[in-house]
Amino acid sequence: MSSLDKETVRKIAFLSRIEVAEDALGELAGDLTRILDFIEELQEVDVEGAAPLTSVADLTLPLRKDEVTDGNIQQKVLANAPLTDAGCFVVPKVVE
Amino acid sequence: MTDLTNLTLAAARDGLAKGDYTSVELTEAHIAAMASQRDLNAFITETPEKAIEMARASDAKRAKGDVGKMEGLPIAVKDLFCTEGVQTTAASHILEGFIPQYESTVTANLFGNGAVMLGKSNLDEFAMGSANVTSYFGNVINPWKAADGKNLVPGGSSGGSAAAVAGRMALAATGTDTGGSIRQPAAFCGIVGLKPTYGRCSRWGVVAFASSLDQAGPMTRSVRDAAIMLGAMAGHDPKDSTSAPMAVPDFEAALTGDIRGMKIGIPKEYRVDGMPDEIARLWDDGVAMLRDAGASVVDISLPHTKYALPTYYIVAPAEASSNLARYDGVRFGLREVAEGDSLDDLYMKTRAAGFGKEVQRRIMIGTYVLSAGYYDAYYNKALKVRRRIYEDFANAFGTVDAVLTPTAPSAAFAIGENQDDPVKMYLNDVFTVPASLAGLPGMSLPTGLSASGLPLGLQLIGKPFDEETVLRVGGVLESAAGFTAKPAGLEG
Repeated sequence: MSSLDKETVRKIAFLSRIEVAEDALGELAGDLTRILDFIEELQEVDVEGAAPLTSVADLTLPLRKDEVTDGNIQQKVLANAPLTDAGCFVVPKVVE
Repeated sequence: MTDLTNLTLAAARDGLAKGDYTSVELTEAHIAAMASQRDLNAFITETPEKAIEMARASDAKRAKGDVGKMEGLPIAVKDLFCTEGVQTTAASHILEGFIPQYESTVTANLFGNGAVMLGKSNLDEFAMGSANVTSYFGNVINPWKAADGKNLVPGGSSGGSAAAVAGRMALAATGTDTGGSIRQPAAFCGIVGLKPTYGRCSRWGVVAFASSLDQAGPMTRSVRDAAIMLGAMAGHDPKDSTSAPMAVPDFEAALTGDIRGMKIGIPKEYRVDGMPDEIARLWDDGVAMLRDAGASVVDISLPHTKYALPTYYIVAPAEASSNLARYDGVRFGLREVAEGDSLDDLYMKTRAAGFGKEVQRRIMIGTYVLSAGYYDAYYNKALKVRRRIYEDFANAFGTVDAVLTPTAPSAAFAIGENQDDPVKMYLNDVFTVPASLAGLPGMSLPTGLSASGLPLGLQLIGKPFDEETVLRVGGVLESAAGFTAKPAGLEG
C-alpha cells in the first residue's frame, strides 16, 4: 500500500508541468493513491524470465534515405501557434 | 428518421449503385438527422457544407464510372483524427480552435474511397474515459434511454461516434481504441465496433494517447459494414513506422457464413466474481449459437487476465505523459501566461487550464511510474506482465481460432454513475483491455438486451492480422442473434 503525501504530489505535478492549487493537492493525492493501490497488484506476478514488451509490432524499424522530404511550409507550421513573430514561435524570455 | 438514415453501408452502397438516390440526397438526410438530435451532443463540429460539397463531388465521380469502396457514403469522424482545414480538438480545451494543416492517413484513405464527412464526433478528452463524461465539449447522451427515462452514457471514449451511428445520424463512424474505446461504446449503443490488429490502420495524424496501443477502426450497424469500412481505412503507411507492411485482404469475402469445424475458446478467467446474471447468460447464449452453427467450443485459460487492467493503467498513462508533453502553449493550442511569467509558468498554467481532471491524473500517474526510483517497480514490471498477457493469448491461439467473451461487465449506466472513484470507471474495460495489450483484433457486436431493455455486446478476439476470422464468426453470431432492437423513437 503506497500513499502519496502532498509534497510528493507537488513534485509529480511539477515534473508533469501542471500547476495544482495548494487546496487541490489533498484530493489529488487521494485520487492518485487509489490508482496506485490498484496497480500495486502487479507486484505479486512472477515475471522471472519475461522480457519487457514495449510494442507488439513485430517489426524492425524501417529505414529510409536520409534526405529532405518536405519543407518550405513555414506558414503551415506556424498556422496554429498562439503567438509568433517574424516567422518564429514566441516564448517568455529564458536567458537573462 | 427517414428510410435513408436507416440503411446499412452495404444497402446504401447498392442503392447508390442502382441510382435509387444520390449521395447528395443521402447526405442531406443525415445532415437533417444530425441537426434534429443535437441534444445528444454527439458532434463537436458539424460540417454540413463540406459534406454536401464532398457528396456532390462523389456523385460527379460516380457519373464518370469512378466508384470507391465507400463512394458517397456519409460518415462521422471521431474528433481525434486530424482533418485538414477542420477543427480537431481531441475533446480538449487545450486544442480548441486547432485547425490541422494535414489529413490523417485513415481519413485520407476513407475520403479517397469516396466517403463523405458529416462532422467530427465527440469523445472523452484525449480518448481517456469509458463514459464520454470527460469531454471539454460536454457529455454525450446515449440514444438508448433507461426504463425510467434517465439519460445514459454512450460508453467511451468513442461515445459520440457510437451515439451518431446508433442514433441514425451517420451510416458509420471512425473510432479509435486504446483499451476498449471502440468496443465498449459499441456494446453500450447496440452497434458493431471493430478494433483491428495493432498496425493494421495507420496512426499517422491521429492525436496520440498511448502509441503502443492506439488503433483506429470502424463503428457500424452490421458486421458486413465493419468489413467494408475496415477495407477502406486500412493499409500500410510509410509515415507510421508501426504500420504493418501487409496487403489489405477483401474483408467482405471473409463473410462466408460457414464456421463449421472452427474452434472457439472460452476463457474461464473472464467469468469474474460478481458477473451479473444477464451478462453470463448473454455469453452462454453466444456459445450455444456458435455451437449450433457447427463450431466446437473449447475451454481455455488466460491466466494473467486479472493483471491486464493494472498493467494497462501503468503502460497507457506512461505513454500518455510522454505524448501529451507536446501541449506546451507554444506551438499550437491554448496558451495561458501573465506578464513576467517564466517559460515554466507558461507551461504549468497552460496545461492546468487546458487539460481536464482525468487527463491531468493520467499524466501525473504516467510521470510518476516513469520517474527515477519507480521506473523498474512500476513501468518495467508492467511491461513484463504485458509479455505474460501476450504469451497467454499466443498459447491459446495454438489451439483455437477465435475467443468469445462479453464486451463489458454491464449495460450502459446513468450519467454521473462511477464518477466518484477513477478506478471504478476503469473497471468498465476489464474485458477489452487484455486484447489491446496483446495487440489483437477484437470486435463487439450486439447480441441481446438487458432486463431493462438496453443493448449488450459480445466480443470476439482473433489472432494477429486475422480480422477475417473475427468477421466470419461475427457474421454467424450476428445472424443467429438477430439483434434488431433500436433506441426508442427510431423504431420502424
